[in-house]
Amino acid sequence: MEQFRILTSRLVPLPAANVDTDQIIPARFLKTTQRAGLGRHLMFDWRFDSSGRPRPEFILNQPHIAGARVFLVGGNFGCGSSREHAPWALADFGFRALISTSFADIFRNNCLKNGILPVVVEQAVHEALFRLVADNPSVEVTIDLTSRVVMLPAGEQAPFPIEPFARQCLLEGMDELGYLLTLADRITEYEKARK
Amino acid sequence: MEPRTLFDKIWDSHVVAAEPGYPSVLYVDLHLIHEVTSPQAFQRIRNRGLGVRRPDKTVATMDHVVPTVNQRDPIADPATAEMVNQLEQNCREFGIRLFGIGSPCQGIIHVIAPELGLTQPGLTIVCGDSHTATHGAFGSLAFGIGTSEVEHVLATQCLLQNRPRTIQVRIEGRLLPGVAAKDIILTLIAAIGVGGATGHVIEYSGSAIRSRDIEERMTVCNMSIEAGARAGMIAPDDVTFQYLSGRPFAPSGKAWEAALNGWRQLQTDAGAELSRIVELDASVMEPMVTYGTDPGMGIPVTGLVPEADPRALAYMGLRAGQPIMGLPIQAVFIGSCTNSRLSDLRAAATIFKARKVHPGVRVLVVPGSQEVKAQAEREGLDRIFATAGVEWREPGCSMCIAMNGDELLPGQYCVSTSNRNFEGRQGKDARTLLASPLTAAASAVCGSVADPRRFLQS
Repeated sequence: MEQFRILTSRLVPLPAANVDTDQIIPARFLKTTQRAGLGRHLMFDWRFDSSGRPRPEFILNQPHIAGARVFLVGGNFGCGSSREHAPWALADFGFRALISTSFADIFRNNCLKNGILPVVVEQAVHEALFRLVADNPSVEVTIDLTSRVVMLPAGEQAPFPIEPFARQCLLEGMDELGYLLTLADRITEYEKARK
Repeated sequence: MEPRTLFDKIWDSHVVAAEPGYPSVLYVDLHLIHEVTSPQAFQRIRNRGLGVRRPDKTVATMDHVVPTVNQRDPIADPATAEMVNQLEQNCREFGIRLFGIGSPCQGIIHVIAPELGLTQPGLTIVCGDSHTATHGAFGSLAFGIGTSEVEHVLATQCLLQNRPRTIQVRIEGRLLPGVAAKDIILTLIAAIGVGGATGHVIEYSGSAIRSRDIEERMTVCNMSIEAGARAGMIAPDDVTFQYLSGRPFAPSGKAWEAALNGWRQLQTDAGAELSRIVELDASVMEPMVTYGTDPGMGIPVTGLVPEADPRALAYMGLRAGQPIMGLPIQAVFIGSCTNSRLSDLRAAATIFKARKVHPGVRVLVVPGSQEVKAQAEREGLDRIFATAGVEWREPGCSMCIAMNGDELLPGQYCVSTSNRNFEGRQGKDARTLLASPLTAAASAVCGSVADPRRFLQS
């Protein structure tokens, strides 16, 4: 997993609330036995019409977002299915962080395991960010995982919550299975005690 | 001793390690596997040179992509065939019991595990599928996980988890005729919203829950995830124990007696700490139907479409103020891990018996497992369905997720007993209206969204 420390990036705004994982990646694209290459299916039915042509007005099709790595999304993002294909598609498309007022639980856990940082901010900050990017699409924010703040263009800092262990894994690019495997003896003890 | 919830008791007894600054390490008693969310997990453990720690606690089936017609024929779609082959190979290589295509125990994972007696009170149960919450109906702690977590459980039989909080949903009162368990959960999600229980597990209690049979309890717990909950749980009682007794993987003899003693302790203590209490009155509930594009957008079948998100209304082709009853439909799907068990099929059959499906409506009834199918056929339900003009299929997830060719055409309205009505869920531009099996069958006969109560014997 790639390390995440400090990220400065433009924002890709998608205000819709309750965007579920079927929208993030429709089920027909889950017939894969790989993790890679799903970026082309990201939000497929919002990006492309029935004939497969890109919808020019949809934010992900707009040329100016190229290189932007932060997805500014609506509340309860990632609700619905547990499909990890959703963060795989987001990562493959180029996103490294998401900013919202809330994320669905399973989706949030899946993001953290794939080097994507889900950043929760207060509603006032959320609304301010949408206004900022509407006024100036090239506005940048800096997400600093070491100090757990989002730094906005005019200098304000919005703190965000993250569990210490999840933060450590992202900072070091470490995957959880490594930690779990170090506990093999404890697991064996537990199994013996349960018999 | 501090009073504890049912959730607390199960969580506490499954913590392997809880170091300060780390999530808890939770032991998994039962790991359920299907073909869509497991291939990448198996590949990763293979690449790391790891084995499966407890194949004896791991059970697999095929459900999401399997055809529901001529299921045993060679699979035509290469991507589907590949997923099926990989699961077969992985189970063979790692010594995992597989109830695959051709097995008399095959079916939707959340249908077969309970009927086999694998699902039991007090267990921690996980699966790479969010409707794992279903098993909480037995008083287990059951939740969905992603493919990386599937990998962790395969390798270590454990998961790192942050402890959720608990919401108690108390439902009192007697359900009126024609109102079903599905209507209870749709009422709840409409009340608290699709993010209403995020960060929490839901414990269901009250007389209206106690009087539900085990299949109805599964319907309620199944859709807990649609309110944002990690899990939904119902404390076990004699209904649970009677269901489990004698099932293939349930304890027997002395072990059964010992298990019962332990299971009877699995209750929430008075005074246990709860994050929130939600109270509902079952006696005022009506048959529900969703009109929008998330499971919280539900109204009584007698209701009017409310002012709602314009995108949702436009997608569904509906207007605020319009009655939902009488909306012409093109399809009905009775199936899914929510409502594909024997009692669901019996309920639908009471309406289809001696009636015909409305011309122009395609109706699929997909039993949840080979076992359900066989029992339904012994009772003659398949003949009732066939006479009515219903397509009787083989078990699988089918049109709930539309990964196997069972899908709607763009713009079609379908009353569905499944659990999600998201845009495109049942096919591109398909329009899903979630409802109970009774409401779905009534709608199939009328050719439009219908109130099942008009079909009740007086």
